[in-house]
Amino acid sequence: MRDVAVIGAGCTRFGEKWSSGFRELFVEAGALALEDARLSGEKIDAMYIGNMSAGRFIEQEHIGALIADYAGLATHHIPSTRVEAACASGGLAFRQAVIAVSSGMEDIVVAAGVEKMTDVEPGASTDTLTGAADREWEGFVGATFPGLYAMIAQDYMHRYPLTREQLAQVAVKNHYNGARNPIAQYQQEITIETVLKSTMVAEPLRLFDCSPITDGAAAVILAPLERAREFTDTPIKVISSAQASDTITLHDRRDISTLDATVIAGKKAFRLAKLTHKDIDMVEVHDCFSIAEICAIEDLGFCRKGEAGKLTADGETALGGKIPVNTSGGLKACGHPVGATGIKQVFEIVQQLRNEAGKRQIDGAKIGMTHNVGGTGATVAVHILGRG
Amino acid sequence: MTVARFWRKIPQRYNMIGTKCETCQRHFFPPRTFCPDCRRSGRIVDHKFAGFGTIITYTVIHTANEQFEAFTPYVLAIVKLDEGPRMTAQIVCRSDEVKIGMRVKSVFRRIATDGESGIIHYGTKFVPVD
Repeated sequence: MRDVAVIGAGCTRFGEKWSSGFRELFVEAGALALEDARLSGEKIDAMYIGNMSAGRFIEQEHIGALIADYAGLATHHIPSTRVEAACASGGLAFRQAVIAVSSGMEDIVVAAGVEKMTDVEPGASTDTLTGAADREWEGFVGATFPGLYAMIAQDYMHRYPLTREQLAQVAVKNHYNGARNPIAQYQQEITIETVLKSTMVAEPLRLFDCSPITDGAAAVILAPLERAREFTDTPIKVISSAQASDTITLHDRRDISTLDATVIAGKKAFRLAKLTHKDIDMVEVHDCFSIAEICAIEDLGFCRKGEAGKLTADGETALGGKIPVNTSGGLKACGHPVGATGIKQVFEIVQQLRNEAGKRQIDGAKIGMTHNVGGTGATVAVHILGRG
Repeated sequence: MTVARFWRKIPQRYNMIGTKCETCQRHFFPPRTFCPDCRRSGRIVDHKFAGFGTIITYTVIHTANEQFEAFTPYVLAIVKLDEGPRMTAQIVCRSDEVKIGMRVKSVFRRIATDGESGIIHYGTKFVPVD
């Protein structure tokens, strides 16, 4: 097992990108990452690409080969593999790339994620996303993704002291951060009022509790740590990588309000890294809905169950707080092109650790964490990264 | 959903035929053909569920997938069946009536339709028990 480093990272602006197709998005992110690593494409040994549902979103399968081709690498015949785990596709693609380099099988590996979601009607994209849950026994009876997370929120609020205003503060904080991130889909600040007056989606979740439909792509380049300085003066070390799974349905979970896969993957990531929560300078968590950020903060162990609402309301998860959460703006404000999200989280942590995060920079950031969830918690990937 | 895909689940969807592991007596609905506890020593048989349960959590859906848009707002819940397993289902009641801990029983209802000329999906919903 070799130590692995991120030597380059790139990300498109996230948003409703009517003039860009799937191919353009990926090529843009890949070129940015290569440029960042001062690397030419011929040096790439392998690629792993996170993508949830190009089959439903743009009626295209065989994404691995397509992307290698449009990246100009068809004549190099490198292995290119698509990785799918719904909204955790990006996190798992990153982990597969880490494993490939760590094992010694490959040296220079691209981990990327891409999703083009706006080429179908909103109703169709909602339905496609429902495929991340159990189609037969959740989707069939009328469950939607916001609906499933709303049932987590309802259970949580029945058992723990979380107010509607505290929940809204998650979105307010993430929009504040998004307004300071040039790649974010939404760069406007909002207030608690904005959230509470927005359209009801699934009680108690309103429109501003939900992450949007987004187009975007992100890519990072990995190399053995011992070779990293050939490419960059600021390598970022992958300190640990962990992944866990759980039941596909929400109703079969041990505890509706706890994502056990997050608990397991989080503990493992800390154990492998020989680090504790105090060592983490900032964390990108999977806030597909406001309640998901509340659960993630607790399930990763940054506070006790039932306390994340107060932590958020007290400003401890904001820039400059005790544990800044989602400095990128998170899925809520930065946007959520599902397959790309896990890679964008790594991109954000890389920027922070290189002191390149501009107005949202965490002073003296040395170690960061990413947390990427598939479905309602059936797959979770957690990574810890640090200055190399 | 194609005809075959819907048709093969009719006993489960219409009549709540789930399964049970005779080795450990654990009940499964939605049905499983492999017991996660007993693994290969498990013996799975069909089991007809009584259809009574308690609401664990719920939501009221205001923005639905295409097939369900005409029915909004509707109540969706996780119901813990008396035999043990939990399932996701719609509750036929007013949205201000539903609450956690409410007792419910299963009813046979139309769930959705596949457009104007497609098949009609029937299945299980729940109603409050008086």
